[in-house]
Amino acid sequence: MSAITLKVNGRSHTLDLDPATPLLYALSDDLELRGPKFGCGLGQCGACVAIVDGTAVRSCVTPVSTVAGKEITTLEGLGTPEKPHPIQKAFIDEQAAQCGFCLNGVILTAKAFLDKNPKATEAQIQQALSGVLCRCFAHTRMHAAIRRVANGVSK
Amino acid sequence: MTRTALSKHALAALDRRGFLKSAGVLIVGFSGFSISTSEARAQFGGSAIPGSPPNAQLDSWIAIAADGAVTAYSGKEELGQGIATAQQQLVAEELSVPFERVTLIYCDTALTPDQAYTSGSQSHPANFNHGSLALACATAREALLKIASDRLAIPVDQLTAVDGIVSAHADASKKITYAQLVGGRKLNLTLDRNAKRKHPREWTVLGKPIGRTDMPAMATGQLEYVHNVRLPGMLHGRVARPPTVGATVISVDENSVKDMAGVMKVVVRKDFVGVVARKPWQAIEAAAKLKVAWTPGTGLPGQSGFYDRLRTLPSRDALLVNSKDTAQVLAQAATVVHARYDHPYQMHGSIGSSCAVADVQGDRATLYSPTQGVWYQKTTGAMILGLKPENVHVIYRRGSGCYGLNGADTVSYDALILSQAVGQPVHVQLSRKDEMAWENYGNAWTFDERAGLDANGNIVAWEHEAWTPSLGNRPGATTPGNVVTGMLIGFPPAPFAPGPALEPRAYNNGSNGIPSYVAGRVGGVESGTGTVKSEKVLVHNVASPFFTGPLRSPARLPNTFAHESFIDELAARVKADPVEYRLRHLRHKRVIGVLNAAAKAANWETRPSPAPGNPRTGVVTGRGVACVAYEGDNGYTGIVAEVAVNQDTGRVTVKRLWVAIDAGPISNPDGLRNQAEGGALQGMSRALGEEVTWDDLKVTSVDWSTYHSLPLGFEIPKIECVLVNQPDENATGAGETSITVVAAAIGNAIFDATGIRLRQIPFTTERVKGELQARTPRA
Repeated sequence: MSAITLKVNGRSHTLDLDPATPLLYALSDDLELRGPKFGCGLGQCGACVAIVDGTAVRSCVTPVSTVAGKEITTLEGLGTPEKPHPIQKAFIDEQAAQCGFCLNGVILTAKAFLDKNPKATEAQIQQALSGVLCRCFAHTRMHAAIRRVANGVSK
Repeated sequence: MTRTALSKHALAALDRRGFLKSAGVLIVGFSGFSISTSEARAQFGGSAIPGSPPNAQLDSWIAIAADGAVTAYSGKEELGQGIATAQQQLVAEELSVPFERVTLIYCDTALTPDQAYTSGSQSHPANFNHGSLALACATAREALLKIASDRLAIPVDQLTAVDGIVSAHADASKKITYAQLVGGRKLNLTLDRNAKRKHPREWTVLGKPIGRTDMPAMATGQLEYVHNVRLPGMLHGRVARPPTVGATVISVDENSVKDMAGVMKVVVRKDFVGVVARKPWQAIEAAAKLKVAWTPGTGLPGQSGFYDRLRTLPSRDALLVNSKDTAQVLAQAATVVHARYDHPYQMHGSIGSSCAVADVQGDRATLYSPTQGVWYQKTTGAMILGLKPENVHVIYRRGSGCYGLNGADTVSYDALILSQAVGQPVHVQLSRKDEMAWENYGNAWTFDERAGLDANGNIVAWEHEAWTPSLGNRPGATTPGNVVTGMLIGFPPAPFAPGPALEPRAYNNGSNGIPSYVAGRVGGVESGTGTVKSEKVLVHNVASPFFTGPLRSPARLPNTFAHESFIDELAARVKADPVEYRLRHLRHKRVIGVLNAAAKAANWETRPSPAPGNPRTGVVTGRGVACVAYEGDNGYTGIVAEVAVNQDTGRVTVKRLWVAIDAGPISNPDGLRNQAEGGALQGMSRALGEEVTWDDLKVTSVDWSTYHSLPLGFEIPKIECVLVNQPDENATGAGETSITVVAAAIGNAIFDATGIRLRQIPFTTERVKGELQARTPRA
């Protein structure tokens, strides 16, 4: 165990952790955040995504020691139910979910991609989401929500 | 068939109910009783319930507090399908109160009515027709109007209730609020079977596309899933499942993990092995490093030839219909067509592996579970713990979308066992592999379809024969061994006993075992949706090496894949248009309605399949159709699929889907559309790629690289939904309609495009390519 400082959603937290612990557990257990979720533990589904220094990473396979001091953003770091971020608002407006368990990975993956590629085409957005799963298959609505943001409708 | 009545558990609870004092609330239940406002507040607010469950209001559906706040209690839970919002709409509508004033509480064994499982597309039939929650609201509204009539001295028929205020038609200044009517009084009502419900044509809240109340919290990471439940002193558990099917514990070396940080206890109960640690990652690491010696396992039949072998196993048989003349009619038919279809085991594959939190303290237990049946977890959980059922309190908490019996029940048992062993709350989430290797899969199937056609090409006889393996199921009230954890600690699964079929005595659609096109004549009455009078449906249940259980549209989807592919083969055989040919053999107006609606939306071109003039190389397109009366009478859907097939690679791309759904009066059009869209795409993923695989010892599809779910990144078909509103009909299920027909529609479209007939799911690229290569040269 060792003291590791994580900057999450603009606040610093010093945690006593085994440096090999995946970031996911620091976020969901130590910090009790509800956004990042365990889906597979293998980096295959996207449920655990967090944005680290602007890039969507799979927190279930990212040791905390590698992200100490970096800017980490989780789904709750974007906005609130009362004041959602534009991409969260787009998902709410499109009713783009069923169980909602995958939303963390879908929204954060799309956001990190659109931040870097604001003029992305439909095909590029699809490619960016090729490693994200939604088992309720709310795909149609999710893509509509992401298109809203890409087209600036929700900004 | 009714699944709405209070079960024996809730009825037993009536005897224990304490009668609390005070006033200021209206409660509708199966018998009247009173409750204090402060008690009501504490409980209505959903605050944590300590050790002993309160036993006050188990049988109540509706409570209106003295300030006009409405709390509704339901036994049908939000799984992600949107039913909580729809139920809130129902309560607001029937009670004539604002939507926002309603709080809905569901599936807590201490608080809510026992409505059995939330499953089987039964939430709408149970709570939105003339019974249960809807009737409780109507009872309350009528009672309030009557009290208002007395208070205002105006006849009931000259009063209106809107937004929780009763006012006179003639003079709006003569009014009184629900809060004033309840005031300082005790109003204990019994459910009134004669209470009049609002007609759907009068609806102002139901029938509207109100957004899901949980959507903002989901989109912002605020929603509490069971995975997020945190209790004081909570520890984390991880299980170590057997490495192969049938393996049993020889020995467990507890010393192998005793020096690991945070490890609290190694728990072994017969073949159940788990570790409890302070933190989740510690539990995961310890379970991975724990040395367990297992027996080699019982071995598995090879996957190759599996469907053939199913047909040879001892079976428990069931006849659904039997006109006893099919052999004779087939012998005399102008043409006899036979086809065989195979459907694999498939997984629920929830995106989040299953999770539960249990707190077992002495002789009492509290369980936070994503189960579809909290009352069954109460009784079977008690069996596992050796406690009295009344001392086990089960509280539903959202899990990841389940689509049926995923790992929710088994992980709930894991949490109970581990918590009991350490006497502290324990949070358990399964690994991806443990979820996928041991869940109760949707059953595999192999089918023979056989039909006789007359000289005009009309169907004169239809035989359907099915073989399906099963092991375990939902645990019900008494069989925890129906899921893996129960079996590992020594409870047997429900036994399998072969036996011959009896002649059918009452009509049972048999999970769409009965094709839509036969008459369904049993006991002299035709209850089917079709016209073919010579009919036989025989089902052989055989033993499964894997646990099985309901997976969204259980049996209905595989049966419908076979029926709707076969009717397409018959139409092609006689060069008839696939829609026209179906209509020729249907007599049920609602199935006909959705079939026509889907065809119209798709601008269906009337002609036989395959499409004329498609080349034998490159990309070709085709269209296919399918329809069904879900369970015979619980939702109606028609679908048209347009596909592109790359004949050089075998790749199938679904370009467009047109889905028509009739589920009675529509509670929430956007919710229905969401279910229709998601069901269609989930069915598409199952049709194109999903299959449980295994080797000679174990399941090998244990993650997302070995079990193939279509990701967000695939080319998504454009989906058009036609919602057929039926205000004069009863509400039916809806969530399992579109998924039931999509595989057949895609298969039929592939046939239309290429002339190849796919009779085995999934339609993988390799399988399509193989069929294309085996295609006979064009004459």
